[in-house]
Amino acid sequence: MNGAAAILKALEKQGVNIIFGHPGGTIMPTYDALYDSPIRHILVRHEQGGVHAATAYARASGKVGVVMATSGPGALNLVTGLQDALMDSTAVVAITGNVPQALIGTDAFQEADVCGITQPVTKHNFQIRDVRDIPRVIAEAFYIASTGRPGPVLVDVPKDVQLAPFSGSFDVEIDLPGYKPTFKGHPRQIERALEALAKAKKPVLMVGGGAQHASAEVIEFAEKSGIPVIPTLMGLGAFPGTHRQFLGMPGMHGSVAANWAIHNADTILAIGLRFDDRVTGKVSRFAPNAHTIIHVDIDPAEIGKLVSTAIPVVGDAKWVAAELAKGARKLSIAEWWQQVDEWRTKHPFGWNSKPYLQSQEVIHAFWEATGGKAIVTSGVGQHQMFTAQFFKFDKPRSWINSGGLGTMGVGLPFAIGAALARPGETVIDFDGDGSFQMTLQELATVKKYNLPVKIVILNNGFLGMVRQWQDLFHARRYSEVYLADSNPDFAKLAEAYGIKGLTLSDRGKLAETVKEVLEHEGPVLLDCRVHHEEGVFPMIPSGGAAEDMIIENPREAVEAGD
Amino acid sequence: MRHVVSVLVQDKPGVLQRIAGLIARRGFNIESLAVGRTHQEGLSRISLVVTGDDRVLEQVEKQLNRLIEVIKVTDHSEPHVERELALVKVAVPGMEERLEIKDIAEAFRARIVDVARKSIIFELTGDSSKVHNFIEAMRPYGLLEVMRTGAVALSRGEQVLKVREKKPAV
Ligand SMILES: Cc1ncc(C[n+]2csc(CCOP(=O)(O)OP(=O)(O)O)c2C)c(N)n1
Repeated sequence: MNGAAAILKALEKQGVNIIFGHPGGTIMPTYDALYDSPIRHILVRHEQGGVHAATAYARASGKVGVVMATSGPGALNLVTGLQDALMDSTAVVAITGNVPQALIGTDAFQEADVCGITQPVTKHNFQIRDVRDIPRVIAEAFYIASTGRPGPVLVDVPKDVQLAPFSGSFDVEIDLPGYKPTFKGHPRQIERALEALAKAKKPVLMVGGGAQHASAEVIEFAEKSGIPVIPTLMGLGAFPGTHRQFLGMPGMHGSVAANWAIHNADTILAIGLRFDDRVTGKVSRFAPNAHTIIHVDIDPAEIGKLVSTAIPVVGDAKWVAAELAKGARKLSIAEWWQQVDEWRTKHPFGWNSKPYLQSQEVIHAFWEATGGKAIVTSGVGQHQMFTAQFFKFDKPRSWINSGGLGTMGVGLPFAIGAALARPGETVIDFDGDGSFQMTLQELATVKKYNLPVKIVILNNGFLGMVRQWQDLFHARRYSEVYLADSNPDFAKLAEAYGIKGLTLSDRGKLAETVKEVLEHEGPVLLDCRVHHEEGVFPMIPSGGAAEDMIIENPREAVEAGD
Repeated sequence: MRHVVSVLVQDKPGVLQRIAGLIARRGFNIESLAVGRTHQEGLSRISLVVTGDDRVLEQVEKQLNRLIEVIKVTDHSEPHVERELALVKVAVPGMEERLEIKDIAEAFRARIVDVARKSIIFELTGDSSKVHNFIEAMRPYGLLEVMRTGAVALSRGEQVLKVREKKPAV
């Protein structure tokens, strides 16, 4: 056995059965070993597609996603995806080849300082310099990636290490004296949290991406206490979108009820979230009436980083939520609910019906037709926000999007990863015409493995979200956002890859088209020609607060003459 | 506020780069950084002098703790010993100044480690303010070169930085 075979054996020991990747010179020994390995390899057409697919695989399955790439250009194509996984706390292990050790530092062909470059975009990285270290380092990489606050770990393996003979054992001990994630929250802090909640008159529960694995416990706590629940963009699905205690997501394009509830709340219990500026707006004006913020997070560095916390609880969301649920009492907050309900009824997410096809109704139609039973991905932009607003996610791990980094192009590779993680389930990628074109080469991957993903392009012919900002804040000076003049015919493009392609512009045909897409057994691309000037609302302008929320599209108010 | 922070780290390739990178990325203000091996194999110790309010300090400590190779971080707010070493090359224009310079050096207990016709190198240890004051006292004569190590520190008494006991894996 050589080092390359040892890498695959060590991965097998970690329960890996799928690797996303792309071969190249310095990783060839491992690709050669792959030929004899039971691990399935998914050949992507660009390493970025591979790392995004691995990310979605991890988020949809709860396991670790694995991606493999060659040195230099291959490894560097992972950078965006690693940062994406870092910001959305996703367990990914990347294996990269590197030039032989004798050539490191000589500007050798396809050499790059991959460990140096990926240091800020990974939770940790390793370079294996001795073939005997392979089993231990791989085990440590998986341990680091999947425990504590999950994140991406890169393992760089010079080619000579892959080729060196290996004869060691795979029963290894992890040796990480500096890495001891806290799992159990402090019981006294949990008691204090429950006491504070019992006293609260206007409490809310905010739930983030860190609670996706804690859904059952969060629901139990919420139902026992009767608290209004606000999942963040990353938390959607961890608490059911159709639940009567669900207020919608908070933040820039969040619901009126969620933002006003946070603004007026006296006590906030936040589980597994990090108070991103897209959630808080201007931090100094965030939740001005909350005298008590209880922050549950597994990463102590998140606590007090942006928002001052009265009761910090460092621990795993699932463990802490279960403890909270055990001690929860029904809160007497009837008056508060009355207020919250008023906001909710007065300002639901909605759209003014227009004569042309609208993104919102397309998403809504897919939600209705699937009964919400789907794994949904998106790119970044207006279509992403519309999806978050109009697809009601009832199950955890069902909404996979790029929250922290906002990476255009994740939609299709995320759908690929999700489809491989959970075969048999419906996977829909609501994508933007701009975002989709950043990674569309992965249509080939969809075709190669006949993955039955439903790609729904909400094609507005613009970089819509940027256009919206230009509309509102740059006097409608639409600088470099027009795509329609040069977009491909997406349906034909799909057909060119051997994938069924459809185009929809007549809103009268929406229902039947949705049915056709969902009933088709293999992959489908549906190009929805939606109106080019739709806006996402409500909107809190960047750096603003709940009071600055623009509830309805000001353009439409003007155009309607009021 | 000025804080001296000690960091016990695993002596692995790239660890210094990780720490320096983290400090730069997070925008922390670092006055000095000193690093050296400890008496225990595989462990190094780093001293950082950080300026900022309590919130900044808390973030520095927490972010450092997130690094896998960082074993322990401590802020020396408790009684501690702090020292810095400096080598200071001072210009000596003439006989008269030579005597003055030597007087000043004596007051600071600086040692002469090199004497040339027109310069002297002094070696000085002390806390950072002593080093600073010495340098300022020599400035009028002409400073030719100054090399400071940055502060290093140990807590007084029994308190030590050490590897924690192994906790059960999660
Ligand atoms: C890689 C990358 N580049 C640029 C941006 C900035 N950006 C955010 S949204 C957006 C427009 C996205 O357009 P499209 O995918 O067509 O979606 P729409 O907003 O029209 O729904 C851009 C350019 C980004 N988020 N990611």
